[in-house]
Amino acid sequence: MGRPVLTIQNLSTSFRIQGEYYAAVDDVHLEVRKNEVLAIVGESGSGKSALALSIMGLHNMQQTKVEGHIDFQNQNLLDLSLKQLNQIRGKEIGMIFQDPMTALNPLATIGAQIEEPMKYHMKELSKRDRKLHALELLRRVGIRNEERVYNQYPHELSGGMRQRVVIAIALACDPVLLIADEPTTALDVTIQAQIMDLMKALQSEMDSGIILITHDLGVVAEMADRVAVMYAGQIVEIAEVTKLIRNPLHPYTRSLLNSLPSHTGGKERLHVIDGVVPALQNLERSGCRFAPRIAWIPESAHHENPTLEEVEPNHFVRCTCYQHFYFPEEKEGEMNDVTT
Amino acid sequence: MIQFILRRSLVMIPQLILLSIIVFFLASAMPGDAVTGAFQNNPNVSPEQEEKIREKFGLNDPWYQQYGRWVSKALQGDLGMSYTHKQPVTVLLKDRLSNTLLLAGVTLLVTYLIAIPLGIIAGRWQDSWADKLIVTYNYVSFATPMFVFALLMLFVFSFQLGWFPIGGSVDIRAEGGTFDYYISKVKHLVLPVLSGALLMTYSTIQYLRNDIIDTKFKDFVKTARAKGVPENHVYTRHILRNSLLPIASFLGYEITGLIGGSIFIETIFSYPGLGQLFLNSIMLRDFQVVTALVMISGAAVIVGTMLSDIILSIVDPRIRID
Amino acid sequence: MSLLKVNNLKVHYPIRGGFFRTVKDHVRAVDGVSFELDKGETYGLVGESGCGKTTTGRAIIGLNSVTEGEIIFEGEDLVSLKHRDRRKYIQDIQMVFQDPYSSLNSRKNVLNIIAEPLRNFERLSPTEELLRVQELVERVGLTPESIYKYPHQFSGGQRQRIGIARALTLNPKLIIADEPVSALDVSVQAQVLNFMQDIQEEFDLTYLFISHDLGIVRHMSDRLGIMHNGRLVEEGTRDDIFENAQHPYTKRLLAAIPEMEPEKRIDKKVLREEVNRLYREQHDAYYSEDGRVYDLQSLTETHSVALQGGAKQ
Repeated sequence: MGRPVLTIQNLSTSFRIQGEYYAAVDDVHLEVRKNEVLAIVGESGSGKSALALSIMGLHNMQQTKVEGHIDFQNQNLLDLSLKQLNQIRGKEIGMIFQDPMTALNPLATIGAQIEEPMKYHMKELSKRDRKLHALELLRRVGIRNEERVYNQYPHELSGGMRQRVVIAIALACDPVLLIADEPTTALDVTIQAQIMDLMKALQSEMDSGIILITHDLGVVAEMADRVAVMYAGQIVEIAEVTKLIRNPLHPYTRSLLNSLPSHTGGKERLHVIDGVVPALQNLERSGCRFAPRIAWIPESAHHENPTLEEVEPNHFVRCTCYQHFYFPEEKEGEMNDVTT
Repeated sequence: MIQFILRRSLVMIPQLILLSIIVFFLASAMPGDAVTGAFQNNPNVSPEQEEKIREKFGLNDPWYQQYGRWVSKALQGDLGMSYTHKQPVTVLLKDRLSNTLLLAGVTLLVTYLIAIPLGIIAGRWQDSWADKLIVTYNYVSFATPMFVFALLMLFVFSFQLGWFPIGGSVDIRAEGGTFDYYISKVKHLVLPVLSGALLMTYSTIQYLRNDIIDTKFKDFVKTARAKGVPENHVYTRHILRNSLLPIASFLGYEITGLIGGSIFIETIFSYPGLGQLFLNSIMLRDFQVVTALVMISGAAVIVGTMLSDIILSIVDPRIRID
Repeated sequence: MSLLKVNNLKVHYPIRGGFFRTVKDHVRAVDGVSFELDKGETYGLVGESGCGKTTTGRAIIGLNSVTEGEIIFEGEDLVSLKHRDRRKYIQDIQMVFQDPYSSLNSRKNVLNIIAEPLRNFERLSPTEELLRVQELVERVGLTPESIYKYPHQFSGGQRQRIGIARALTLNPKLIIADEPVSALDVSVQAQVLNFMQDIQEEFDLTYLFISHDLGIVRHMSDRLGIMHNGRLVEEGTRDDIFENAQHPYTKRLLAAIPEMEPEKRIDKKVLREEVNRLYREQHDAYYSEDGRVYDLQSLTETHSVALQGGAKQ
């Protein structure tokens, strides 16, 4: 496994809501290595997107407080001035956004938007060279009529094509780290498959680390090397992708995997846990954050102050409740088995 | 593109015809006519004489004859005679139209020169002291009635300080074409323009501020920041480009608004423009002049709307023209 | 007899062009779609954006005007009925929309939202109405006091339950669910799907389940139809489609489902390339020269696929 490209320590990102700050990302530790795809999975409200935006410094700083360390190339990104940060954004770290319909400037041509990062980070390139590089990028992301697309405006392209352009922009200056925030969520199924395959192909030619933010475990299973599952601002489980999918430990991870209808194929009921990720203001911040949603698990099963523990080599889980967890329907099923 | 402009212009023809009919009927529905207006205080003219004059000028003919006469003459550039000024309406309008256009154009220019920078500052540095100051100015200007403000300007800068002339569009002693003539024109413009512009900035500032605040955290702006684009360029190349677009397209509407809105300003500053003429003609029931003026301002609205549509289709690539 | 029979349904929109904006051509959003729904079954209508699945659903309930074809509900052709006569049939068909954030009027409280169909179709006293709404609200798993709350006070899953409760007020026979869970989080999706299955049994409902997500459709449907370019390319039982897909477009959709076993990623990628190659190679056998999908041909009693040689219309 490669050396770490990015190391996150004690990262907390808090949003101001009616004068008070509430942590949406709460004391997160994470490492992204060279040549790996680290997936961060969670539902809305888990803090996964807030985490991605914190790395890039893209929050509205009037409403947000970001604390901790994000170590990248021997410097803490959070200590940098905006000017210094701009030397890194788009050059060393590229970002792919969720919705290709809104991520591009509607009034600028595709060519101009791809060349923009080169203007700031590859100043040695002449106008002609920039164009050549932009055309090459378009080919790399699988756009065949690149000369034509170069002069087009975003609204003239389909969603899938636009997402390819967004990826081309992120790759423009050969970043060391790529952050992809739900890169396929807004796309049609077949287009999603194409973009996943494209990203896998690009990853094998690049030498960088990728952070993949997603809610879709299918995308995780196809793309990730390691997976971090987030719930209510915390990482509740980290493992290699095969381990996490074969042998999920935390009750939340298990519930997420069970929620996938494609998992079962038949028409039987899905085992899920009721309720939703609590709103930031209503979050109980001591003890196990998942406890309120699995009330049938005795309180004693939880750790008082749960932390991420390495329970198997490279498999980390938060809280001890996973050892005692079962789905209520499973128990019923077992009891029925006993009686028959 | 050319096809779009042509088609858009064709649409104007039925609009203009409709407008002319409405204008004609409204004008004839006004109580009294040019004859009553001209002779009402003249005891020497008997009702019988009035009636004769009416007959002579065709004022007793059926409406369609009057309308047809009016339209065919208007198309030849003859808008009739003003009964009060004893001059052809076209001659009457000529100088005043150029005065009003000058006043409106300069006012619009000054409005944008003030409003656009202020809107940008307020939007970009939202909640800063500068923003709060600008917002306060905006509320005050919105709440201030124009005639009060214009009178105040006139009182302070003309009567009290004597910096600017009290009325007119140019010093009558100045000779056309000389340097002094132009200086005099400018001097006569300052107060009417400022009175109009300082109060008109409201909508542009408010719009621009809100739109910038809205656009600041849009996805494509995030993309720009994620590229490492410096903050100043994020504004000039991404946010402003999108936020200024609708303002460019409002241009057409603003012009028409100004021509209509010139009545107060021109009357207060005795500026010889269409607005002032309009008010006077209504008081004197100068049928021909009023009709011509309503027709002109109505047509200005139609042309302005078309202008807005065309500008928008040029500046926004998303509007497809086939 | 089937509950709903859609026969050669067409929904076309004019494209205007030229100097005088005359009608130059038509967008064939739905171009000759036929299928039947038996009572109590769930029929999944699947396809990608722009395939016409939503337009089909909206045409059945009367939200899109029908250019041609029949929509026979309980033996009565809704298309040929006058607007007034349609009403008594239309209350038996209800719709659940995709976006629970925008499909509920944010200025109305839950009571008014759920009672609206009642007020349109039935005359109840305020007390009867209240009781009926409370019963429904409890049935969809919300607390009784939530009837005085407004949509923004609920989570996405709860809002979708409100949308379902509204659809249930008139005791409909058929529910058209247009992407009912696409806007929801994964675990909430599962909660709503479970819930929809529960009420199907309880209220004896028939579902037309419109979705782009094959996993969800597989979980919910007894039979399904795959749409492409406004037409059905394949129709069959769940097993017909998932175990024995024939049409290259169906194969392509199936291959696009993410692989849940990480070890098989490479195989999946190879499979996709293979399927895409097939799709290009076999294109002419399955699509006419102008890209139109051929008519469905029966392979077995339940399974049919759009192939060249189908009867000309």
